[in-house]
Amino acid sequence: MTETVVIVGGGQAGAQAAVSLRQERFTGRIVLIGDEPVLPYQRPPLSKTYLAGELARERLFIKPAAFYEKVNIEHMLGETVSAIEPDEQLITLTSQQTLHYDHLILATGGRVRTMPCPGADHPGVNYLRTLADVEAMQDKFTEGTRLVVIGGGYIGLETAAVAVKHGLKVTLLVARPTPLGRVTSPEVGKFFEDVHRQAGVTLCCNTEVKAIEDDAGDGKTAAVVTCSGYRVLADMVVVGIGLLPNVELAESAGVVCDDGILVDEYGRTSVDNIYAAGDCANHPNPIYQRRMRLESVQNAVDQGKTVAATICGKDKPYAQVPWFWSDQYDLKLQTAGINSGYDQAVVRGDIASRSFAVFYLLEGRLLAVDAINRPAEFVVARNILSKGLSVSAQRLRDESIPAKALAEVTDAAVPETLATESTAPVGANPSTQSGVKAAAQSKGVNHDRVA
Amino acid sequence: MIKVNYIESDGTKREIDVEEGVSLMDAALDNMVPGIDGDCGGVCACATCHVHVDPEWADKIAPMDATEDAMLELTDERNENSRLCCQIKASPQLDGLIVHTPVGQH
Repeated sequence: MTETVVIVGGGQAGAQAAVSLRQERFTGRIVLIGDEPVLPYQRPPLSKTYLAGELARERLFIKPAAFYEKVNIEHMLGETVSAIEPDEQLITLTSQQTLHYDHLILATGGRVRTMPCPGADHPGVNYLRTLADVEAMQDKFTEGTRLVVIGGGYIGLETAAVAVKHGLKVTLLVARPTPLGRVTSPEVGKFFEDVHRQAGVTLCCNTEVKAIEDDAGDGKTAAVVTCSGYRVLADMVVVGIGLLPNVELAESAGVVCDDGILVDEYGRTSVDNIYAAGDCANHPNPIYQRRMRLESVQNAVDQGKTVAATICGKDKPYAQVPWFWSDQYDLKLQTAGINSGYDQAVVRGDIASRSFAVFYLLEGRLLAVDAINRPAEFVVARNILSKGLSVSAQRLRDESIPAKALAEVTDAAVPETLATESTAPVGANPSTQSGVKAAAQSKGVNHDRVA
Repeated sequence: MIKVNYIESDGTKREIDVEEGVSLMDAALDNMVPGIDGDCGGVCACATCHVHVDPEWADKIAPMDATEDAMLELTDERNENSRLCCQIKASPQLDGLIVHTPVGQH
């Protein structure tokens, strides 16, 4: 009998899972269900080239419509799944239609965290997550518009960069002491703060928003009121304060969740025949030997591949070095790895030259790099992390050693065999579904959220 | 329209008409050329659109920048004709271009 895979979520992870199932020679039925009315598209350009009007709409789509027909991937767009019945292996759509599945992939992604303050429902307040979000704000993205951006993460900074280049009058409000405070170091955060100021952005750190008021009572100009008493007028407000994983559907079906849908290294959840991938999935990473939930293209793509392989009976556990990028002005920030918990930051190059890398180490071992206009350092860090090589702080700092050569096994590095042993996946035994359940019950699980 | 030939490692050849200014990665995705993923959308951030340019055409393509050169280090099978095809835009002097997709990308 022909098997059916149902994929809930039409984003990067869902699309990748569908494509990878066909690449793995899955011959059954594939149904991709997305709640947005469009085919899967890339989100990163939404706050970069697409917002800037430099990218044609059709270039956003991950695959052309003809692709889905050619490889026989059915899609149901603008549809929402309201319930899963794991015992019956059935899903129900809000349209009341039901679908049987043999395998169910939850690629439900996340939704924006909304402003918790009074007045956040002002018509001038926008969020940036979907294509529709961006298209709704493009009319006002014109010279002279007073824009207040709330949030100093990737979305806030990228939006501010595009806006100031378009002649908008931009104020950026950052709750933490520096921008990117959740994901990078004070050094890199301070660098981006300076860059935005030099570009003409009015940037306020340590600034929380108390309320959004309707300035003239006509629903037009918003007044963003900060906790320190400032009142900033805005024709448009863009809020980028993070993402909440969409776990409610999974939870209602009895799937164990804890900052995301818990999966093992094969993408399997606590419930038989249900898998999760992408922004919504809290997964073990063998390189860091802990659980994490990541919001990134790399993670969505690689986990999409992992669950497809698992469904096809292939043994391809997820064991990737996380990586991220951000484009602002003439700067390309490339991050490899996760720096949380680092005890040493090593700067390679001159920060003032706008081309440098900061390597993060813990007890002498590389955790991550932020490379600003330094692609070679990004690449070498990915190699060091994926191969478990060792490299000293002194070597990383030394610009007389070319970046490419940093990963070479020298007296400063441990042999790869040793390194492999030390980075063995969590639990050498093949992780089972009970492994996910056990992890969920453990109070000691470290689940940092990383953008 | 500029004709670009994508040749897979098994010899399968696809001749594709590419509009001037469109990248060879976008053209490959639009035409479902296997082995070219373009996960980052063409911003030279992922190295999943690796091709080997046919040696006869190597001189006719604009040289790569430092980012592309660095990112190519992430690919298997890099050789002197390796390029990330998101960085190659179709132009009249590339009419008839031949690129090969590496074995490892299939």
